[in-house]
Amino acid sequence: MRSALRSLWPPLLVLAAVVAGWQLYVTVAGVDPTTLPSPARVVTQGWANRRDLWDQTLPTLEETLLGFALSFAAAWLIAVVLDFSAAARRGLYPLLVASQTIPVVAVAPLLIIWFGFGLLPKMLVVTLTTFFPLAANLAAGFAATDREAMRLLRSLGAGRWRAFRLVRVPSAMPYFFAGLRVSITYAVIGAVFAEYAGAEAGLGIYMQAQKSAFRTDLVFAAVAVTAGLSIALFGATHLLQRLVLPWQRVSGEEQR
Amino acid sequence: MTALRIEGVSKSYGSLDVLRDLELSVREGEFAAVIGPSGSGKSTLFNLVSGLDRPTGGRVLVEGEPAGVTSGKVAYMPQKDLLFPWRTVLDNTTLGLEAQGVRRKRARAQADALFAEFGLDGFQRAYPAQLSGGMRQRAALLRTVVLGRPVLLLDEPFGALDSLTRAEMQLWLAGMWRRHRWTVVLVTHDIREAVLLADTVHVLSPRPATVVDRIDVRLPHEERDVAAPEFTAVERRILDALRGATADATTGRTEVTAG
Repeated sequence: MRSALRSLWPPLLVLAAVVAGWQLYVTVAGVDPTTLPSPARVVTQGWANRRDLWDQTLPTLEETLLGFALSFAAAWLIAVVLDFSAAARRGLYPLLVASQTIPVVAVAPLLIIWFGFGLLPKMLVVTLTTFFPLAANLAAGFAATDREAMRLLRSLGAGRWRAFRLVRVPSAMPYFFAGLRVSITYAVIGAVFAEYAGAEAGLGIYMQAQKSAFRTDLVFAAVAVTAGLSIALFGATHLLQRLVLPWQRVSGEEQR
Repeated sequence: MTALRIEGVSKSYGSLDVLRDLELSVREGEFAAVIGPSGSGKSTLFNLVSGLDRPTGGRVLVEGEPAGVTSGKVAYMPQKDLLFPWRTVLDNTTLGLEAQGVRRKRARAQADALFAEFGLDGFQRAYPAQLSGGMRQRAALLRTVVLGRPVLLLDEPFGALDSLTRAEMQLWLAGMWRRHRWTVVLVTHDIREAVLLADTVHVLSPRPATVVDRIDVRLPHEERDVAAPEFTAVERRILDALRGATADATTGRTEVTAG
């Protein structure tokens, strides 16, 4: 906990300096708030519109979490298939990599055409943007299992599934969490972006509407909420890791 | 009764002959050491005995049955301790039982009962990273012994330890063996270790390996003193056997890598 605080204050200090500089510049130069609102204005207006912002945050959060859950399930399924079958590795993996070259910008509107303005196309965009780092890291984690450990399990008479469960899954966990942290930061952005392409509610559509109404301050407020969501989810992965891998903390302390 | 019998075993990988016509047998309750130059195929021999691999020729019989991973007759302790960092020490020692499908609760009770004897009591809930090198090896041995299999296969178990800890662990293992009289096959590079622990020492030739000499260590297990002249005499015999084997293979050039 103390180390978390220690690593938090330097970025917070930098952030405070940037915000202070921004505030100073806007006040001194007298910038028009529709061009660049001051941080103070973003905060006060954001607070005044908190009900609105909250109502738009909920659908975005829902899309993010459901899309991520789908991504999570798909990543495990694919990574396990890749680990068990060399044929799947040869046939699927290159296609997975290639799939990452498809621009989501082009696919998102198509998904809206196919699936309408509801939840599903947003979930799918979130899944598409977050799936790959998860699956690739998990598959790499399985593959990085100590060969000697696998031989030991085999000599003990463990079958393939049991060895997978006892050794490959736990030894892939650090890799999995590395992938989880990368992909969770994409998740909220994916949802916001999907809403930009067409939605009835959500922070993406809210930003678009406020921009058209020249309420730049509320666009910034929505951006701040988006960032806050991402950071909160990122922090949650750290908490989850501490819960799931308690041994890492012990081993880390021992080596210090 | 013969616990392990290796009859004229050969093993090659493609055109590479690793073992040739190897004969070796170990009685029940015997401590056998296998010593040989580096790269003489000791690991291959272990793979055959533990059933991970099949011989190209000959037979490996454990209690009269062909060796196989599913027969459950051989417990193998690898060179690296291979304790899993994500499992507590207790859960590491139950790994073999769990791999066989024993329920976790029963496996824990079974392993826990041995902790005091292995000098690990109080460390059940610790993680391997919190243990010293010697304790890690004892935990790895506990994981092997708790399976209760008739033959224990130890692959240079103390090779990675510093020499003080190694000497300490050798004496500890000698004491444990005197009490339990397990059937042990120990592969080692260390002549002193072999003489300190074993009833018989099988000396391997360089590749393709075969047993060139079989030396009975006729010293009482209770009072083996590494400084005693009888002890060093046995060490000398093994060294000569190794040297002879290596000299034959390299046509006169003497080269000893063991020790």
